[in-house]
Amino acid sequence: MNLYWSVLTVLLLLGITAPVALGFGFLGASAARSAFAPLRWIGKTYIAIVRGVPDIAFFLFFVIALDQAIEFLRHKTLCPDWTEPVRQGSDFVVCQAAKMPLGNSPQWVHETYGFSIAVITFAIVYGAFAANVLFGAMRAVPHAQLETAAAYGMSTRQTFWRVLVPQMWVFALPGLSNLWMLLIKATPLLFLLGVEDVVYWARELGGTKTPRFTDYPHGDWRMWYFLGLLVFYLCFTRVSEIVLDRLMSRLTHGQATAAGEAQRKAA
Amino acid sequence: MSTCLQTIQDYGLRAVGIGERLLPREDFTLCQQFTLIGSGMIWNIYFGAMALLFGFFLATALGVGKASANIWVRKSAEWFIFIFRGSPLFIQFFFGYFLFLTLKSQYSFFDPFTAAWLGALIVLFCNTAAYAGEIFYGALQSIPKGDLEAADAYGLSGWARFRRVIWPTMLRLAWPAYTNEAIFLFHSTTLVFLSGFPAWQQRGDALYYANYFADKTFNPFVPYPILAGYFIVLTLIVISFFGVVNTRLNRHLPQAQHRKIRLRLNLIR
Repeated sequence: MNLYWSVLTVLLLLGITAPVALGFGFLGASAARSAFAPLRWIGKTYIAIVRGVPDIAFFLFFVIALDQAIEFLRHKTLCPDWTEPVRQGSDFVVCQAAKMPLGNSPQWVHETYGFSIAVITFAIVYGAFAANVLFGAMRAVPHAQLETAAAYGMSTRQTFWRVLVPQMWVFALPGLSNLWMLLIKATPLLFLLGVEDVVYWARELGGTKTPRFTDYPHGDWRMWYFLGLLVFYLCFTRVSEIVLDRLMSRLTHGQATAAGEAQRKAA
Repeated sequence: MSTCLQTIQDYGLRAVGIGERLLPREDFTLCQQFTLIGSGMIWNIYFGAMALLFGFFLATALGVGKASANIWVRKSAEWFIFIFRGSPLFIQFFFGYFLFLTLKSQYSFFDPFTAAWLGALIVLFCNTAAYAGEIFYGALQSIPKGDLEAADAYGLSGWARFRRVIWPTMLRLAWPAYTNEAIFLFHSTTLVFLSGFPAWQQRGDALYYANYFADKTFNPFVPYPILAGYFIVLTLIVISFFGVVNTRLNRHLPQAQHRKIRLRLNLIR
């Protein structure tokens, strides 16, 4: 039963992360092409760093870092009269009231908290990928369009929202669909973040306990469970591929690009 | 300073089992973290370089196979590429590990396959071959028609035509994308010891040690940036190496036309 729930967990993660990551990406891309230099540096560094380092390292890093940052902030606000340092050697000590989630809260709060941390981590990492794609797409919009907007007397902000953003999606879609595939293939990493997802249950259900007290009436089936997972992901990526292809051919319809031209000739 | 040299002597090759047996347990110094994580990089480089080297040949075969006119060859190449590109590498590691574990209990021939140095290498090898095979296939499709016609006009055919015209042109077209694939491969080597494969006697890769320190000190802000620094350096080395090969591949072109591989890590695998 838990295995089926964990499949839902994976789908939920995809459903929440994709828009949030897109949001992060949009912010990053807008920052990277901002006219204000420090903001531009922040945007570019965000993109460059996340892309240059293995994403797994980021997953492991952000889970602890975010958790500690939240607890530290709560510690500062909730227990102002605490005098001991927060880092004592190898320990990270905050007052009881600042624990997140609270020690006495029910189990589901703990699980939801862990899950949200995972979602934020995914969004930060894949937001950088998305920022990269959107940054490229914004540059691909023909410059004449922006000049025309300026000639009509639009302000920079109006040009951005009314001309640049509506036109960039066609250019961004191939990259974004690639990103979606990447995101699907990254979901098993949830396991590393301590969420009980499909990988966790495949290991649990397939494995044998100590021979005498075995819970399951079979030998080591983990191989078959993982084969099942493999097939599950294969079907998932295949279906996404087909859907995204359809979407792309619909979007290119009537566009002044090579693909749109090919469509016109074929018709 | 001298204690740091001592640490490097003790732990510099710890990842391959030379030096001090016990990992440091408390009072971690910066020097220890740098040394151990750096020694873990040996494994990352080993996996990445070996998989790339062997994968290159299979990738060429897959690329040519996918473009082949023979339906059996084409279909099998297509399925191989689809399976390894369509599923997460993480699941492939798990599946590979348990597959080898099951085989090992039947035949003793498979004994070394459950160890990371061979088993994980095989998984990485198949994975990178599939990705690079797709890249090579794309490059094969976009070889200029004129090149092939010129080869025909010179009377080249069969192996000579492939070796002298098709293959070099394919590599030339595929090289920027292949560079990206190499960078991604090095990044994905960090998954090895976090999936099924056990780190025997705590001989792990860079991420394994970084994770060890983060767990022990409960402070992620030191080991992970160290790891990030190492990987950025490794990425730069890979890029410059592939840049040299790129220059060599395009040496017949006039200097100005050299397509430089831009230092841009944005193509998505």
